[in-house]
Amino acid sequence: MAPAERLTLHVCQGTGCVSSRSPQIQAALEKEIVQSGISDRAGVKLTGCHGFCQRGPIVIVEPEGIFYSEVKPEDAVEIVRSHLVDGKPVERLFYIDPISGKPVPRYQDIMFYKKQHRVILRNCGHIDPEKIDDYIASGGYKAIRKALLEMKPQQIIDEVKKAGLRGRGGAGFPTGQKWDFCRQAPGNKKYIICNADEGDPGAFMDRSLLEADPHSVIEGMVIAAFAIGANEGYIYVRAEYPLAVQRVGMAIRQATERGYLGKNILGSGIDLDIHVKEGAGAFVCGEETALMMSIEGRRGMPRPRPPFPAQSGLWGKPTIINNVKSLATVPVIIDRGAGWFGSIGTPKSKGTVVFALTGQMANCGLVEVPLGTTLRETIFTIGGGLLGDRKFKAVQTGGPSGGCIPESLLDTPVDYDSLNAAGTIMGSGGMVVMDDRTCMVDIARYFINFTTLESCGKCVPCRQGTRQMLDVLTDITEGRGKPGDIELLEELGQGIKDGSLCGLGQTAPNPVLSTIRYFRDEYDAHIKQGRCPAIACKALIEYQVDLQKCAACGLCKRACPAEAIGWEKKKPATIDQAKCIKCGSCLSACPKKFGAIVVSSPGIPEVA
Amino acid sequence: MTDMADLKEVMGSIFRERRGQRGELIGLLQAVQAKLGYLPAEAMMAIARFARVPESQVFGVASFYAQFRFTPVGRKRVMVCQGTACHVRGAPKILEEVERRLGIKPGETTPDMEHSLDTVACIGACALAPTLMINKETHGKLTQKKVTELFQKNDGTGGD
Repeated sequence: MAPAERLTLHVCQGTGCVSSRSPQIQAALEKEIVQSGISDRAGVKLTGCHGFCQRGPIVIVEPEGIFYSEVKPEDAVEIVRSHLVDGKPVERLFYIDPISGKPVPRYQDIMFYKKQHRVILRNCGHIDPEKIDDYIASGGYKAIRKALLEMKPQQIIDEVKKAGLRGRGGAGFPTGQKWDFCRQAPGNKKYIICNADEGDPGAFMDRSLLEADPHSVIEGMVIAAFAIGANEGYIYVRAEYPLAVQRVGMAIRQATERGYLGKNILGSGIDLDIHVKEGAGAFVCGEETALMMSIEGRRGMPRPRPPFPAQSGLWGKPTIINNVKSLATVPVIIDRGAGWFGSIGTPKSKGTVVFALTGQMANCGLVEVPLGTTLRETIFTIGGGLLGDRKFKAVQTGGPSGGCIPESLLDTPVDYDSLNAAGTIMGSGGMVVMDDRTCMVDIARYFINFTTLESCGKCVPCRQGTRQMLDVLTDITEGRGKPGDIELLEELGQGIKDGSLCGLGQTAPNPVLSTIRYFRDEYDAHIKQGRCPAIACKALIEYQVDLQKCAACGLCKRACPAEAIGWEKKKPATIDQAKCIKCGSCLSACPKKFGAIVVSSPGIPEVA
Repeated sequence: MTDMADLKEVMGSIFRERRGQRGELIGLLQAVQAKLGYLPAEAMMAIARFARVPESQVFGVASFYAQFRFTPVGRKRVMVCQGTACHVRGAPKILEEVERRLGIKPGETTPDMEHSLDTVACIGACALAPTLMINKETHGKLTQKKVTELFQKNDGTGGD
């Protein structure tokens, strides 16, 4: 065997790729390699998420770096025979650049990857998350030795402080400072908690990281525990992430076997046990005091701070709660030093940030960029711009706590402070791009509906105020808006912000207030003219047949579930507006070459 | 409905692995639901005695978290994602199509106990939006047509 020539097929097995049958691809590749008799010079390796989920399942041939996208199990034979045996890569599986329209064989040359700076996601897609040796081989568990055997707790805290690491869960509180509070808090029993209750709809970086590189989070937790003096830890992860739960459990077992967890870690005299707690589907449990209530087996309802968890947290003991990404960053800071880390990013927001780039994008997936990178660069250069020929309207960050940013602010450098100034927040990293078909009032209603359902009910302004806002927004989107509604929303929003205990209530009005701030004309169009400029609000749109274009094929009649379409052979179809439920079935049934179904919102030119 | 003798056995096997502490409450509820698909009242009462927590608090916790159900679920649990990325890419239409195909609304189960329908806030497969899950299997990049095919296939053969 000649190791230098050995080719390894990295098969992505994150949730996205698994859903499009990557385990079957791996099995088929393994089988074909054996059958072709090349097991001595080629192998298959399971990896976590590569981040480019939209183009999944992804297979990368290393060390060449040939990138295959949207692979099917049936492609395995061709990949093995053509590429591995004959040395001819399978061109039809190459990624096509959305801007140039040309195939790009190597992943290092794909814009989506080329412009990223991967620190937190350093191992994702490169190592087998189910094998601790793979993590160690890529430099893992090196920082833990340095921290536990060569450094003092205060030195670690100082290093993290010097690095300027701010909480990657979204609020951006300095991590080192938080650790310092906890270290100084009296008591022998302290806890370290990893917050993996990634509840923001539209965000999935914590899931990917836990699935792809669970040991980096565990290593960060051990270092944090040593720094603050904790000997027990929890990873609180959503039950909706079964694969992450499974991989974390496996990693904890392996780390314990190797002496990186448990009693007397690496002979340092330090103990740490980590338990996995599965969340049960409550968004508010991402808030730290609610999360601790949930671990204690209670309803996840936040409590006032102070006392802060660093002084009195889980079971009344000093507790540190850090986000998955913050913890995964800690080993790199210890290993490469605060100076190196601080050289990335901006003076006030150092390091990198991971975004889940989704929505109407050409390239959806996980991207990691230095803080301070502009939205334009992230969305248009890395993300490849919008799908098809659609026009950018807004980008939403921070989930239900954040806001929508218009095109005029696309050159905003992304950091904690600039996003706050723009009326949104960094949040945990969801970045949803919206095009001209997305109605901003409907989006505001969508988020308020979410927070109404997820409000724990403790604070009246949040519990009742969000419901009132929802009612007003529902009225507007259904054509019952009144003059004064916008002002009422603003007043309610301010009241909820002022009168709520936790981050959920304090930020719940952001999606509404930011859309009013930047897209007030859309609210006005709904209220004053009864039309939805994005042609999205059901109550304000109409489906009609373009008689010139209708080929009288009758497909729309067959598709209509409401019997609203009248059609006879050789006669164009008609839509009975009284019966139409506006489901869009006719539109998707009408063959593209005819395009005879037209949607409009009265008062504006027709748009297909 | 669950037979009482069966229930006792299920609860016994769950309790054997645990100590009966308050902190185990959510885990206990999850374990029962994993076995039975929902939380029968008798099971919650047994948990209350085991974890030494008032019944009212057991129900209070169970009803607080979206994961828990108090009625039996169908063999195939359909969860339509309502995350932001899915919403922007047409999740409301996907949900309507599923509702029409199954003839039920979210929270309901078909009379033949074949399908239950629920919405979820986000399943974290946003790059494949819009998405839904049937039991543990994720289906992405959905269109109204794909939904139709998905349930035609499921309905006719009873396969996966």
